[in-house]
Amino acid sequence: MKKVAIVGYAQHPILKNAGALNEVELIMPVVHQLFNDLGISQKDIDFTCSGSCDYLQGAAFAFVEGLSAIQTHPPIKESHVEMDAAWAMYESMLKIQMGDAETALIYGFGKSSPGDLDAIISLQMDPYYISPLWPDRVSLAALQARVLLDQNIITPEQMLATVIEARANSKNNKNALITDLIDESNYLNNAMVSSPLNQLDCPPISDGSSAMIIASEEKAYEFTDHPIWIEGIDHRIESSNLGSRNLATSKTLQASMNQLNFKNIKFDVAELHTQFSHELPFLKSLLNLQDIPVNLSGGPLVGNVMMCAGLDAIGKTYEALKENQFTHGLAHATSGPCLQHNMLVHLEAQK
Amino acid sequence: MSDSKDLLRAPFELAYNYKRSSGPVMSKFFEALGHQKILGTKSSAGKVFSPAAEFDPETNEPLKEMIEVGPGGVVESFSWIEDPKHHHLIKEPFAFALIKLDGADTSMLHMVTQCNEADLRIGSRVKANWSEIQEQRITDIKFFTLEQ
Repeated sequence: MKKVAIVGYAQHPILKNAGALNEVELIMPVVHQLFNDLGISQKDIDFTCSGSCDYLQGAAFAFVEGLSAIQTHPPIKESHVEMDAAWAMYESMLKIQMGDAETALIYGFGKSSPGDLDAIISLQMDPYYISPLWPDRVSLAALQARVLLDQNIITPEQMLATVIEARANSKNNKNALITDLIDESNYLNNAMVSSPLNQLDCPPISDGSSAMIIASEEKAYEFTDHPIWIEGIDHRIESSNLGSRNLATSKTLQASMNQLNFKNIKFDVAELHTQFSHELPFLKSLLNLQDIPVNLSGGPLVGNVMMCAGLDAIGKTYEALKENQFTHGLAHATSGPCLQHNMLVHLEAQK
Repeated sequence: MSDSKDLLRAPFELAYNYKRSSGPVMSKFFEALGHQKILGTKSSAGKVFSPAAEFDPETNEPLKEMIEVGPGGVVESFSWIEDPKHHHLIKEPFAFALIKLDGADTSMLHMVTQCNEADLRIGSRVKANWSEIQEQRITDIKFFTLEQ
């Protein structure tokens, strides 16, 4: 494996409703902030890859318009994933491993406010057995929450603590959307959306964008004196047949942990793409992260830009390693219902 | 400014306006639903998948043998919606539930209604209720209700 590092990351302030700002206007500031911070331009980028969801814009190939945010003349090498931009980073890693690129720009964007996210996510499910029933994203997540609660893998107290802590941690994140603190009575008096999940267990509808630049070892030091190395990356998916999965565990995550040699790594910090309050204690226990700070940024519960929040977990881990005395960081990105598809990224700062 | 009657107008339908086959396994499953029967596929190890799976996700074995399951089953998990939204098919309080049909080893996502949240728990017995019109779709099962 060629060594690859993250050399920069920028995030748009997460908005409740970006209003007339279109996707291009959301992407441009973060890409240009990165270029300015590093003193480079699109000419220094060998490969550009974005992550977004055409369903949010409601038009086929809507993602192509996002390219108006960057300079595409002279022609550039470019690709797109209809996924969270964490997977655009994965594709960029592969490009660098293949020797097709030394540097890559990754960006993700999502504007969920104009539509009805619950209805839209229903349409992305299995079109034969699941979509015709119109299950919303919260109800699907709640199926897993109930299994975890029923088997005492997590407790209602852990879900409450997750919500309170996410909001307390939002002070570390200048781009967080939700910053007001809550207490136990606020939580207990909140109406159920899809029991056992109430409104506060769910992430806010969010608009925004993020961008990241990664580079091979030869190039990384041209951009920065302090690259953060991608020491390991692995992603695996479970069956789309929801009813055939064991929602009380994740065999695929365990396989990724083995692949990344978790036994021999002592992580100092982690950022998990846990969109619902039950997912954080579940993954903390599965990934053995009980004793370290997790989601210091507040995580998706204080701002959850669709198709960006996974890349943001990687970006926030990068920032935590850069700004603190941490050495090993773990980032997690997910896709699909009930943590169907998961990516783990091991980042390392060399001190 | 042009008068509004000068504007060019065209209909815009956001839809998959084409037909496609549901394949050899799912076609049989949906045809059976049209006759108010629920099928599953059985692996060589005897594991039964319903709704019918085309392959076993653990072993990748293609699944062809079909057997009838249900129409009763057990709730494996559920999420309760007291206030259905505009896109939900049931307008009264209901649950999305994973239901393991009798004779199957995996669960089907469907809906349970005509009860209160407190009446429903993991392990509750439910049975399929059929829609008035059979269209060979998953919605031919209208919903599930608690077995009396």
